[in-house]
Amino acid sequence: MNSALIIILGFLLLAVFLGIRSTKGKQMDLEQWTVGGRGFSAIFVFLLMAGEIYTTFSFLGGSGWAYGKGAPALYVLMYICLSYVVSYWLLPVIWRYAKEHKLVSQSDFFVKKYNSPYLGVLVALVGVIGMIPVIVVQLKGLGIIVSQASYGAISMEAAVWIGAISLTIYVMLSGVHGSAWTALIKDIVMVVVICFLGIYLPLHYFGGFQPMFEAVHSANPDFLRFPDEGNSVTWVISTVLLLVLGFYMWPQVFSSTYTAKNARVFRKNAIISPLYTLMLLFVFLVGTAAILTVPGLEGEDVDLALIRISMETFDPWVIGIIGGAGLLTALVPGSLLIMSTATLLAKNIYNVFAPKTSQQTIGKLARLLVPVVSLVAVLFTLHGGTTLSNIILMGYSLMTQLAPSLFFSLWKRNFVNKYGASAGILAGLATVAYITITKTTLVDLFPFLPAAWNDVNTGIIALVVNVAVMIAGSLVTKGKQK
Amino acid sequence: MKRLYFLTILPFVGMLGFLPLVNRVEPFVLSMPFVMFWIVLWTVLTSIILAVMYKLDPRNKEDEEQ
Repeated sequence: MNSALIIILGFLLLAVFLGIRSTKGKQMDLEQWTVGGRGFSAIFVFLLMAGEIYTTFSFLGGSGWAYGKGAPALYVLMYICLSYVVSYWLLPVIWRYAKEHKLVSQSDFFVKKYNSPYLGVLVALVGVIGMIPVIVVQLKGLGIIVSQASYGAISMEAAVWIGAISLTIYVMLSGVHGSAWTALIKDIVMVVVICFLGIYLPLHYFGGFQPMFEAVHSANPDFLRFPDEGNSVTWVISTVLLLVLGFYMWPQVFSSTYTAKNARVFRKNAIISPLYTLMLLFVFLVGTAAILTVPGLEGEDVDLALIRISMETFDPWVIGIIGGAGLLTALVPGSLLIMSTATLLAKNIYNVFAPKTSQQTIGKLARLLVPVVSLVAVLFTLHGGTTLSNIILMGYSLMTQLAPSLFFSLWKRNFVNKYGASAGILAGLATVAYITITKTTLVDLFPFLPAAWNDVNTGIIALVVNVAVMIAGSLVTKGKQK
Repeated sequence: MKRLYFLTILPFVGMLGFLPLVNRVEPFVLSMPFVMFWIVLWTVLTSIILAVMYKLDPRNKEDEEQ
């Protein structure tokens, strides 16, 4: 075992220790395990949300895109920043309703608003299907970090298994309290590591930021702007808008709003959160520095850019600290994702079909499902092959399908009913599947549109179909309810 | 409330609306390619806009919001 691996192991043990300690003296029923008894202050909610949003994906995937695609990587910064503007209005409303009705999961929200447990089952299923890819991203990230830091001693496959097992043990022991504490350590370590790398590497290899950009620019004049085709301006505008709509649809992000102790927490956090996204700038700097320093990574391997350039530059113990930071950025979101998935499966799917089950049994079942979810994610991780960024974008196009019925449900004179909402979600999902399989573009469907429209994110088509079916379905079945 | 709605739209217009016009590498501003600078500028402005919204929003003055 080299010094890099020993340091990474140290980080893991610290995280597990903090997770176990934080649960002391608290009765761990389902409400404590998943929403921390609704007593979190602004700082804790901020950390928990940052913990979910800045994952291994931002660490490795962000630098990977900056390395492989250049300017289009900026979309990550843009959608996260603009999502906070939406959070200012949306989260207080969600929080208040959830508190009034003692809700635990996202699916509960739909069940109450539309008065239909079966809509809740559908929403929970969408959530589970959407979250599995994101868990896969965390495991893949863990695998990359551990196998690279071992300098080849541990295979990617073995590293994924080690990561999944640690993650499972961690979640089963600690729940959301553990995640909030580890999130604190994770964010401190991550910010320090990212800023250090983002400043040191450009200075070390190019003597400054502008010389680095100029070198990349003269090697490839189109790399540092959005290209005219593909990931163009049209692509980035439509994608960012779509991602902003989907941002708070993720079950784990949605339900972590429940942990806040009052509604002002969210408006306060909205102010500082955009500044926090600037941290991603340093991730892009690392990716950009790697373009000319460690050239030749292609396809899936662009995700290795950050770790490769670090290995080229530093001693193993520094790799250990970088790897440790990476480990935490996978552990915190990974644990929250697995927890949300298990809770959804137990409470919002199993419980609907077996309504007599006691809440205690549901709580137990949720914990028992944790290893099952991890196992499924491991299998997907070992058998899928695409970049982290692409997996995340796919998960988003699924989750965004929940946005129309959610936003309509917040409206006082909402006319959408459970039939319309379910039909809309199903139609949206079917469209996403169809478009993904056939690779349809907007111009294929409407040949009279100019070619620039080809780059419009096709998730928008699914969203339009979703809304149309939702409204039509609600009007047709009007009066059937109540 | 009207002022708040206007401020909500502003970051979207600034960051996304002007993108076709600012999609260029040169001139470099603060060592960054121009389009990158533009996005960073609007990230900072978004924070400031949200702070102004917070100050203007009467709901944040009520303390009974428990």
